[in-house]
Amino acid sequence: MEQSVPAHHSRSVKPPRHRGLWAKRLAPYLLSLPAGLWLALLFLVPLFLMLSETLKSCSPASGVCTMTWNWGELPHTVNLYRTQFITSLLFALFATVIDLVISFPIAYWIAFYGGRRKNFFLIMLLVPFFVSFVIRTLVWEFILSDNGFLFSFLHHHHLVPAGFHVLGTSVAVVAGLAYNYLPFTALPLYVAIERIDHRVLDAAHDLYANRRVAFMKVILPLTIPGIFAAFLLTFIPAFGDYINQEILGGTSNTMIGTVIQNSFLVNADYPAGSSLSVVLLAISLIGIFAYARVLGSRTIEEYL
Amino acid sequence: MSGTLGLSEDERTRAPEGLTSRKVVVCFDHVTKIFDEAPAVDDLNLEIHEGEFFSLLGPSGCGKTTSLRMLGGFEEPTSGRLLLGGDDVTYQAPYRRDVNTVFQSYALFPHLDVFENVAFGLRRQKISRAQIKSKVSEMLEIVDLPNFERRRPSQLSGGQQQRVALARALVNEPTLLLLDEPMSALDAKLRRQMQVELKRIQARVGITFLYVTHDQEEAMTMSDRLAVMRHGKIEGIGSPKDVYDSPSTEFVATFLGASNLLAGTVTGTEGSCSLVRLSDGTTLRVPTSRTPQGVGAIKVGVRPEKISLVESGVEASNVTNVLTGQVRVSTFTGVGNQYLVATPAGVEVTVYAQNIGHGVVPRSGDQVTLTWPVEHTFAVVPMSGAELEEQVDEGEL
Repeated sequence: MEQSVPAHHSRSVKPPRHRGLWAKRLAPYLLSLPAGLWLALLFLVPLFLMLSETLKSCSPASGVCTMTWNWGELPHTVNLYRTQFITSLLFALFATVIDLVISFPIAYWIAFYGGRRKNFFLIMLLVPFFVSFVIRTLVWEFILSDNGFLFSFLHHHHLVPAGFHVLGTSVAVVAGLAYNYLPFTALPLYVAIERIDHRVLDAAHDLYANRRVAFMKVILPLTIPGIFAAFLLTFIPAFGDYINQEILGGTSNTMIGTVIQNSFLVNADYPAGSSLSVVLLAISLIGIFAYARVLGSRTIEEYL
Repeated sequence: MSGTLGLSEDERTRAPEGLTSRKVVVCFDHVTKIFDEAPAVDDLNLEIHEGEFFSLLGPSGCGKTTSLRMLGGFEEPTSGRLLLGGDDVTYQAPYRRDVNTVFQSYALFPHLDVFENVAFGLRRQKISRAQIKSKVSEMLEIVDLPNFERRRPSQLSGGQQQRVALARALVNEPTLLLLDEPMSALDAKLRRQMQVELKRIQARVGITFLYVTHDQEEAMTMSDRLAVMRHGKIEGIGSPKDVYDSPSTEFVATFLGASNLLAGTVTGTEGSCSLVRLSDGTTLRVPTSRTPQGVGAIKVGVRPEKISLVESGVEASNVTNVLTGQVRVSTFTGVGNQYLVATPAGVEVTVYAQNIGHGVVPRSGDQVTLTWPVEHTFAVVPMSGAELEEQVDEGEL
């Protein structure tokens, strides 16, 4: 017989009350429902729509696309836009390496010598990035343009050869990418360096390691998870970026992001755009799995 | 500070038997270190001998860790010289010094396993792989951690981490090993066990140890000699027994163990004793060799365990001091009884009596007579009021 006595009043062992038990079991699912719905509606559904789009064929005349289970679209588009994939890969790689080289000393300095002003320095690093991505890139276009103040000055004083320009070249795109994704490199690096116990550096010096050896044998190995995280966080968005190329680049150095954007918005070739997106996604996932494989999935959570 | 340099003159600074003849490994020569205009170490002079287990003891902020860090090369002295085995190392980089450190937090390399942690220093030298392997294995044997080579520091307990830190430093066979409060992260039981262990290891490897701690019991248990520091200066130095039995200052008397201190005035001498009159007129005798000279107002000290409680009828003589009083509090502590006795001079005297079944066991309110041998009496210059207040603050830390 069910008694309506609170649990702590009953002296004998009683089967747990069913309602409480169910509530307990359901609570985690109920709590994860909003996030689950969010993921399902805004991630899984679009993902499947995109995947199914790659298997459709469109008639160029009417623009109507029908499901034809045409698996050939994937290798076809990859093959067709191989140059753009390689360009994107190289641009993103250069930009990421430049960011790592620039960010490491900054992050190291803030983490080790920032003292009480660490947060101030971090905010100083981030302030430019409070401005919208597109506006920042447009400002770079303004700075780098042939008749902008920088190049007017350089040309006027004959500091550069006549006809020298940066806007529209690969250099401008890589520089724009490097600039725009700098915080994605600097912050994970900072987190990794900041958590290094400074006393291990003392210990390394104590054990006959000079500054160079202490850096190579202690600081660098302890920063590797951060370097890897910084690499992924910078490389993946830079790989798929199209704004920088669009605004700062020319016609000869199209990146894959621009091709995807054009497929969807200009050519209305959804299967082609979807196929390219799927390939892009696959490359990114391979990167993340490689990271998890090498450094363990727990470190990803710590940095992302 | 008098008594810090004059090893030959002052009895208190003399090393225990056999050590005086050994060569000096460490020498602080008028070393001062100033942080933000405040001296952390103030004109420190200190010599440590080869093979010695030497402790720097003091409350936090007394300059003991700064002294150690200067020897390790992690801080540069503001002035003065540091000698290591006769060489001036004052401004030498830490990685060039033949000194290794066991850090307070161990500072093990988290990305390396136990073997690589211990081998780190050896790998920086020109030593063959085979030799490194045998040295590391031997050292892990000594610290009682065989078969732990492939563990990561994060997989070890606090005590095990400490042993790795010790092995990592000792395997390099340095001239001097620095230990910066290495026991502070261990629980009391493990700490006592490690004290014995550390002493055993030191005896086995024969390396000079400089041990920094705020734990007076730890320092007394392990050290051949110790120095009590305060405000960047050494207040007392010598073997634990010497420093304990005849503390040189009021601070040393209260920091190193417990002391009863009774204020009085020196009235004269009688034989080898100085006579000190307390405020109630009682006269106590103190060996003149332990009485500060040239000051009238002093404090007479006696350790609580040196005092015997008797009912009455004992007279003061030139070998015995006598006080009377009333028991205020009597506490049974298992190993003995602790009494707080109010004396006519207005000071409460603490007495420890061992629980060995004889002697009187008075209760609160009883009138008692306290006696102790003159040879166990010492005298110190009283601290100023400001110093006393400060000490109370330090005591609360």
